[in-house]
Amino acid sequence: MIRHGFILKFMGRHPRWSQLIVVLLFLVFWELAARFWVDKMFLSPPSRVYGEIGRVFSTRGVPEALGITLLELGVAFTLAVMAGLVVGLAVGLGNFARRSFMPIILLLYGIPQITILPLFILYFGIGAPSKIAFGVTHGFFPIVLAIVAGVQNLKPILMTSAQSMGASRWQIFRYVILPHMIPTFFAGMRLGMTGVLLGVLLAELYVSTAGIGQFTAIFTQSFDPTRLLGLISILALMAMVLNEIVRRGEAHFSKWRN
Amino acid sequence: MKKMGPKAWSLRRRQVWSSRLTQAGFILVLLSLWYGASNHWGVNALLLPKPQLVWAELVDILRTGEFWPDLLLTLSELAGAFTISLTLGLVVGFLVSLSPALVKVFEPLIAGVYAVPIILFLPLFVLFFGLGAPSKIALGATISFFPIVLNTIAGFVSVDRICVTAARSMGASPAKLVRYVLVPGALPVILTGLRMGFTIALLAIIGSETIASLAGIGHRIVQMAEAMETARMFAYIVFVIVIAASLNALVSSLEKRGAARR
Repeated sequence: MIRHGFILKFMGRHPRWSQLIVVLLFLVFWELAARFWVDKMFLSPPSRVYGEIGRVFSTRGVPEALGITLLELGVAFTLAVMAGLVVGLAVGLGNFARRSFMPIILLLYGIPQITILPLFILYFGIGAPSKIAFGVTHGFFPIVLAIVAGVQNLKPILMTSAQSMGASRWQIFRYVILPHMIPTFFAGMRLGMTGVLLGVLLAELYVSTAGIGQFTAIFTQSFDPTRLLGLISILALMAMVLNEIVRRGEAHFSKWRN
Repeated sequence: MKKMGPKAWSLRRRQVWSSRLTQAGFILVLLSLWYGASNHWGVNALLLPKPQLVWAELVDILRTGEFWPDLLLTLSELAGAFTISLTLGLVVGFLVSLSPALVKVFEPLIAGVYAVPIILFLPLFVLFFGLGAPSKIALGATISFFPIVLNTIAGFVSVDRICVTAARSMGASPAKLVRYVLVPGALPVILTGLRMGFTIALLAIIGSETIASLAGIGHRIVQMAEAMETARMFAYIVFVIVIAASLNALVSSLEKRGAARR
């Protein structure tokens, strides 16, 4: 009971250190499990995965595949943000448009998109375009919903006062709507990034000729957990960095309000 | 639940009806465009089969009942995955919520892992568990664990401290405290987590069946795509969308009833 209390007290005082310790304990457990209990055809210890991360990069085609996947993510994200912004503003700003199009957007958003992945391959081929298209449709809807919600949260009094002071439509957009939209816009980008990552990776894993999906399949089929775990770690790191960038952007640009 | 006056209620209902009508109209327009494109404007039947053909295939699928083995497999994978994530999520969430120190340490850690697209672990699960049902259950359970555990923590943390202190000072035992104060207070948030977990478990399972599998409803769609039987593939897609939508609607209504009953 005393030790138990001590641990909790330590955790309360030093949450960062405790998190580090938890992660280290997890790695130690993984290391031990991989060394002594699990067949090495299936699991590699983290020390080996880390030590041989160079071998993943020196596998022929992997750097190019990572580049292609990154490119797919970038293009899909850009397209999703542009389309989501335009549609979100168009639907959110007008009362009539919102009432007539929002139900349709919600209906489409409710469809489990994974069921139509084979259709994307059928229409866009097995190369990069199908991944980009699937990423765009995954990122588009969260962005639209965030932007519509953001527009609805505009205080009517701001619009009315701008109007009564004689602002033109463009001025209202530029000086009232736009500044108020920025936090929403970044929140939408963050959700959109999550969606785009999911869409592109799903399509990559499903069928791939040049991106990383090809190599996850090869490493799985050749029972090479060291390289598979290495590749997955690289991709996970990439995803975390991309998420962190948009999250930072959101935090940075919503500061002015407080 | 907030009580609404009769006026607000009818306005609300009118809005619901108008949005339903819009959706129905949109589907009609889409169907007629589809009909026109495939019947009159010469779009390749391999890319876009005729809607009447798809309908005939759908009727055939339902009549022969050939979907049952796949559907049952997918549903049992879903049940397995959701049972695991529900149990682990509730237990871990409850244990973490017991102390503010634990919440401070583990909540950011769990949320941090959740920020990684978990679909990345699918190749790993296929390596561990093979192409059959276990890898789908593992992926579904892993993905749905996160919203459940995070909402369980959030739910228990959100229970008003005053209620807990009051119950304690009136002499409630720990069991009674959990039963009559903590669980009812946390229930709405936890139920939301369960609903989210269920929805993404379903998506993850259909997704992993699509990507790498031997059987199941997602696998069937891929099989039809690879055989270039587009009409039947469309029929299966419609079938799966209807099944998924009804499951999600069912779970949403359960969530609402559960939250209202407390």
